[in-house]
Amino acid sequence: MKVLVPIKRVIDYNVKVRVKPDNSNVDLTNVKMAINPFCEIAVEEAVRLKEAGVATEIIAVSIGSKSCQEQLRTALALGADRAIQIDTELTLDSINIAKLLQKVVDEEQPQIVLLGKQAIDSDNNQTGQMLGALTSMPQGTFASIVKVEGDKVNVTREVDGGLQTVALNLPAIITTDLRLNEPRYASLPNIMKAKRKPLVVKAAEEFGIDLSPRSNLVKVTPPAVREAGVIVETIEELVEKLRNEAKVI
Amino acid sequence: MAILVIAEHDNLSLKADTLKTVAAAVAIGGDINVLVAGSNCDAAAQEAAKAAGVSKVLVADNSAFEHQLAENMGLLVTELAGDYSHILASATTTGKNFMPRVAALLDVAQISEIIAVESTDTFVRPIYAGNAIATVQSLDATKVITVRSTGFDAVATDGSAEVVALSNVTDAGTSAFVNAELTVSERPDLGAASVVISGGRGMQNGENFKLLEGIADKLGAAIGASRAAVDAGFVPNDMQVGQTGKIVAPDLYIAVGISGAIQHLAGMKDSKVIVAINKDAEAPIFQVADYGIVADLFDVLPELEAAL
Repeated sequence: MKVLVPIKRVIDYNVKVRVKPDNSNVDLTNVKMAINPFCEIAVEEAVRLKEAGVATEIIAVSIGSKSCQEQLRTALALGADRAIQIDTELTLDSINIAKLLQKVVDEEQPQIVLLGKQAIDSDNNQTGQMLGALTSMPQGTFASIVKVEGDKVNVTREVDGGLQTVALNLPAIITTDLRLNEPRYASLPNIMKAKRKPLVVKAAEEFGIDLSPRSNLVKVTPPAVREAGVIVETIEELVEKLRNEAKVI
Repeated sequence: MAILVIAEHDNLSLKADTLKTVAAAVAIGGDINVLVAGSNCDAAAQEAAKAAGVSKVLVADNSAFEHQLAENMGLLVTELAGDYSHILASATTTGKNFMPRVAALLDVAQISEIIAVESTDTFVRPIYAGNAIATVQSLDATKVITVRSTGFDAVATDGSAEVVALSNVTDAGTSAFVNAELTVSERPDLGAASVVISGGRGMQNGENFKLLEGIADKLGAAIGASRAAVDAGFVPNDMQVGQTGKIVAPDLYIAVGISGAIQHLAGMKDSKVIVAINKDAEAPIFQVADYGIVADLFDVLPELEAAL
């Protein structure tokens, strides 16, 4: 079976982002970029499905400017077989991303679409579910265990109260949570090999979808700064301050 | 304008998140209805009817909605959407699961995890793990929104809304509930507790979390954890506080053996008072803490329990 893995290029998770002085957005100039950590987990899970003999082909897809080819090469180095870049300079709402991905699903007919549950830049947590609705596929979001059994996939999900397992008819959407797996490091030979794997570029306009924005970013401001407090020496002092100064116990 | 709030419940009772989401609806302004979709969920519906500001509670009581599977919920809410300008749900794992399906079926964007309402079409939400705050204006006719509970105070429960049974049944037939392993705890929910004590990698193992329990019992606190502690298998995933775990804002947050990665801070830095206990004086957690103790947690936790 084919597995489709949409991935996103985002700020590296170790970098603390800064807001531009004019409050128009965050400043990503000369900031280290990387594959979104949840997307990396999705790639790893797809590779494990292939190693287990469940998946036969892994296709990575990313939507963005040419620079996202870097993250597609990362996916190829981790074990994806081929990649598609949907080229656009636009910042797209998740609904438009999902519509573009729907076209890719129509063309590739994957049995499983594996996505990260959210991107660590926009923190939206939407694309997988939207793609599920547009393609009428069932979904297992926030997955910590994935088991393909015949024409179904069982997904154990990390939910607020603990864990929940659902059985989904294939084809299905799966979005990854942190505990699904620990992604491998790409080996140097695999990084070299990835350079020769096929990467197709398609212009977003080719898909015939209205990509006009659905929301307007009015402004971006820094969060309220929390002042560092005091270091206390003893537990007695701490309890006294919590009781009489902060009055929280 | 009419606003539909999708209730967060477990069929037996309404979750406090729903009252906070109703508060967001009140801030937007308009006639507010609440949808309770479940199975044998009358008790939850009766509770929802008491939420102040709600005019009507719609009850979709059918086995198809027992576990609020996203596929079935998405179809149901979309069927009802025509009557509403805004559709709101709590940004819980349930709301996050089905709401984007609603948005996609309505062909609109979703505004996720709002923490404030600026106007009927403009909302405030954290991005980049809370390191930036975006003000976003929706350009769609129907606004599909998830609400972060920490941004709103629960409405009162002195209302008396009309309860109306719906006959809608939407069963996509593509997914099924298999089982749930839910953590059973006598302590308050992480999201609802006024005091939270969390352990990190410094706890060293799951057994040592017992050191937090005595303190939690004395303070009526919920127990949380950092991602590092959950990844290491010390404690289950539902205890994780952070960017992609639970977002909490209690009156008192005690971080024990937690270094303070930005992803963890994203989940707790709106707490009223933060206490940090860490043996590394350079740990970033001290930069957001109101009170810090630089000490070995194994020395000071028993002292703290005794002092309370």
